[in-house]
Amino acid sequence: MDFTFTDEQTMLFDMTTRYLGNEYGFEKRASIIASDAGMSEAVWRGIADLGLLALLVPEENGGAAAGPVETMLVMSAFGKALLVEPYLASAVVATSAIARLGDARQRETWLEPMGAGDLIAIVAHDEPHGGATRATAVGGGFLLDGRKTMVAHAGRAGLLLVSARSDDGAVGLFAVDPAQPGVKLVTYPTVDGGRAADVVLSQVHVADANRLGAGDVSEDLAAILDIGLAALCGEALGVLQRSLDATIEYTRTRKQFGQPIGKFQALRHRMADMLIHVEQSRSMAYLAAVRADEADVAVRERALSAAKVVVGEACRFVGQQAVQLHGGMGVTDELDVSHCFKRLFAIEKTFGSTREHLSRFSRALVA
Amino acid sequence: MDLSFTAEDQAFREEVQAFLRDHLPAGVRHKVLNGMHLERDDYLAWQHALHARGWGGPSWPEKFGGTGWSPVQQYIFDSTCSEAGAPRLVPFGLKMVAPVIMAYGNEAQHKRFLPPILAGEEWWCQGYSEPGAGSDLASLKARAVRDGDHYVVNGQKTWTTLGQYADWIFCLVRTDPEAKPQRGISFLLIDMKTPGVTVRPIITMDGAHEVNEVWLEDVRVPVENLIGEENKGWTYAKFLLGHERTNIAGIGIAKRELARLKRLALTEVREGRPLLEDPLFAVQVARLEIELTALEITNLRVLSAEAENRAPGPEASILKIKGSEIQQGILELMTEAVGLQALPYRREAMGAGYQGDYPVEGHALTPTMQYLNLRKLSIYGGSNEIQRDIISQMILGL
Ligand SMILES: Cc1cc2nc3c(=O)[nH]c(=O)nc-3n(C[C@H](O)[C@H](O)[C@H](O)COP(=O)(O)OP(=O)(O)OC[C@H]3O[C@@H](n4cnc5c(N)ncnc54)[C@H](O)[C@@H]3O)c2cc1C
Repeated sequence: MDFTFTDEQTMLFDMTTRYLGNEYGFEKRASIIASDAGMSEAVWRGIADLGLLALLVPEENGGAAAGPVETMLVMSAFGKALLVEPYLASAVVATSAIARLGDARQRETWLEPMGAGDLIAIVAHDEPHGGATRATAVGGGFLLDGRKTMVAHAGRAGLLLVSARSDDGAVGLFAVDPAQPGVKLVTYPTVDGGRAADVVLSQVHVADANRLGAGDVSEDLAAILDIGLAALCGEALGVLQRSLDATIEYTRTRKQFGQPIGKFQALRHRMADMLIHVEQSRSMAYLAAVRADEADVAVRERALSAAKVVVGEACRFVGQQAVQLHGGMGVTDELDVSHCFKRLFAIEKTFGSTREHLSRFSRALVA
Repeated sequence: MDLSFTAEDQAFREEVQAFLRDHLPAGVRHKVLNGMHLERDDYLAWQHALHARGWGGPSWPEKFGGTGWSPVQQYIFDSTCSEAGAPRLVPFGLKMVAPVIMAYGNEAQHKRFLPPILAGEEWWCQGYSEPGAGSDLASLKARAVRDGDHYVVNGQKTWTTLGQYADWIFCLVRTDPEAKPQRGISFLLIDMKTPGVTVRPIITMDGAHEVNEVWLEDVRVPVENLIGEENKGWTYAKFLLGHERTNIAGIGIAKRELARLKRLALTEVREGRPLLEDPLFAVQVARLEIELTALEITNLRVLSAEAENRAPGPEASILKIKGSEIQQGILELMTEAVGLQALPYRREAMGAGYQGDYPVEGHALTPTMQYLNLRKLSIYGGSNEIQRDIISQMILGL
């Protein structure tokens, strides 16, 4: 049993935290989320220069070949800064997808520029109701039709990795250039200050060479999304901690009835409960990181679902109470606590909600 | 023991329903039923319709042009209207300042201020809270100094709901800084057009402009706009805070939103079945509905006591706490019902005639913004922590 981080891991976390401390203050972030692009190219370049975009890239493609624990640490630093750039979507999920499913040529073509910060790739997987995306085999390739939703920063992506089902029922992953004929993006801001799009595909041609993996890749996709989920739990830790820290600070300084409100026992107990949620989430974020690349699927899914339930409930409790304890100030756009609240709200719904994971965990009880 | 309404009450409910069918503007109803943003004119259109029917003051005595309804009738009226998709009555004039003017104002003030409230001709806002005085309202600092037949007012009010629409603001101001905090406060009516009154928007996390800062700089207020006696304002303020009880639980609103939640959960499909058939989801809806049933009966018990002239006391705190938690819970579940569609942020979808390029119907986009907005329910009107303090002191005697 060992809960300590290696020196390298600690350095990675400190380096990321330091960078964000200098480059990603509240005002800076506010201007980024208000900008048209909704992300900062300078920050993207900055985290590329730190080597963070290549963290999960295999060594032969010029990356660090790090794992879920490193990812969790970096993500928790990003969470604390409320980073809106598509690190999770591109450097974690899409990178893992290409590393796992891509052939040597695909890995070389895409992973190297991704790690260097020259290419953003996003997995387009979730579908709105009735969005069922299909891949029809034609000579030398496939035609994709359908609709994807909540594809993070699709408007900035150079590459979309679209999941689609073929006539034989197999799920494939297809590389699509967003500028390709037949691809339409409907972009929108998201509640947490991010950007996303619905990707509408009509008769989009994908050559055989741009298909990742062979046959049905649904199990691989599930594994890839679980790596994303573990990373998301790491991010949640940072946002949860920031919410708690801000609340402690606020209740120390805000005075009513002649004393700091943090002296009222009702609020002290509330903050104690918030801390318990944060610590339980930390434990589960560790579990998620350790089990994220577990080979036994049942063990992996059980751990990841358990983690998402604990983290999801923490997101609700800590987010809501942080706002509550700030009183009227908590509901304004001006303080970071409402921004944390909105990110926690989004995290709770991403990669499956608390209810969905509770459901997956429950079904496995009888299995 | 009989939990049903009397035949007269039933007939009354039907009369209200018939009126709603004929006179609630369809556009306003559509907005309310879909959780969309209401404009000034939406609220006013409804108040005008009610006034034309003689129902402009559902909680007012007949003497002042009100309906003279019993607490139970008021409750039936409020909940029937809410369930049918009528906007809430803007409380600041009708339910807050008017009762104070009736109880403590002089005849000239009755004549000047009450009729335009009833007719929806003047919009009021509430100037109680200040940056330093929230839960501890008595610590307020806005200062009024007598100068001949005027008060000169300086200070800052904040969180002023819909102050951007207001013609008048009723303010608590300090007239005697030497006295104990509760003793030196007066209740002033201030015309928002007076020089020195500045309204600045506060944007909340849902992107809405609903609350404001109101700055008062050398604002000259005629002494005839003082309510009652100087330095007695705290008594009037407490009277006001204790007045709005019949609808504090928001039962009608909660029922309407619960119905909307069920509609959503029946149209949302997961793995081929309506979401409402998912046991984990259904259980959460069931819990809320059960809690709401209990709260409705609790509310009716409080009302019966009131009808028998046993003054409703701190029980209102129970209604406020549970009512706010249930409403927040329903909206939270609505955001769960729409799945990932809770995440796109489209403020336009809150407005009438939304025809964005986004294919998801507006109904999937509004719950998130409402959920964010409703965090306020447990903060304002005496936060839920303060309400629990009231219960523990006034009911439990601790
Ligand atoms: C959307 C919105 C609309 C509003 N509209 C109006 C309006 O129109 N007019 C107006 O005058 N005001 C309005 N308010 C103000 C509202 O009444 C205050 O926000 C409320 O009284 C709380 O005060 P505060 O915000 O200063 O929080 P604080 O009083 O600073 O409270 C912060 C936290 O401390 C807790 N707390 C404080 N004291 C205690 C205690 N003794 N024991 C335990 N916990 C405690 C509170 O419950 C809260 O959780 C509005 C507020 C909001 C959010």
